[in-house]
Amino acid sequence: MDVSPHERPLSPHLTVYRPQLTSGLSIFHRITGVLLTLGVFFLAFWLVAAAAGTGPYRAAQWFFGSWLGWAFLAGWSFCLFYHLCNGIRHLFWDMGKGFDLATTYRSGYLMVLAALALTAAAWAIGLLWGLGGA
Amino acid sequence: MTLLRTPLKAVRGIGAAKEGVAHWWAQRLSAVALIPLSLWFVASLFRLFRAERFELVEWLSNPIDATLMVLLLGFTFWHAQLGVKVIIEDYVHGECRKQALLMANQLLAVALGAVCIVSVLFLALGG
Repeated sequence: MDVSPHERPLSPHLTVYRPQLTSGLSIFHRITGVLLTLGVFFLAFWLVAAAAGTGPYRAAQWFFGSWLGWAFLAGWSFCLFYHLCNGIRHLFWDMGKGFDLATTYRSGYLMVLAALALTAAAWAIGLLWGLGGA
Repeated sequence: MTLLRTPLKAVRGIGAAKEGVAHWWAQRLSAVALIPLSLWFVASLFRLFRAERFELVEWLSNPIDATLMVLLLGFTFWHAQLGVKVIIEDYVHGECRKQALLMANQLLAVALGAVCIVSVLFLALGG
């Protein structure tokens, strides 16, 4: 039996725990964090393109106006609102509020609804404003 | 009887957690700052829908918008770096690989942050 530090046996975890709202929302908070971080590279690309001049900027705008660009923006904006809403939920926990299971479940459902609503509202406002003003 | 400890443990940071509450606080501080800044950013994007470059320059030449943008970028890269740090610590084993990735994380955050902020300032000052 190999008992070197990297080979020691571990107790089962993912294979034995039943997925729940709490653990699901928690890992999704981490996942959205990673996706947001990757998305920030795109923000950097946009800013650098703008600084580089009209040509590069137009190319960047073309990308963000394409189907792929819109899909990216839609996904990224949902990640942003999810991470924002769940982040606020975390801040309440940091203050010691709402730890009991019932409240955690309730706030969890509420938070996902809020994230979806904010994403939808942002897109609705953005499109109406953008297309109206154009 | 005095505590059977020397200050060496605090200096080396080799308690079980290897660090104190600084990361936790920085994460919360940057998070709180990012709440209004993110909302402001989303609202600003409404105005920039399909904008031409000169409109972007116009927007950033307003010192308030430029400052908020710089703050948003600063806090975002700080918060992101803190989060990714935890992820690396959780999932990467092997001390050498872990330390290399942790260093890369911080350096990348600073470098990319600088690139973004300099771009914003460049545009703000007339592009």
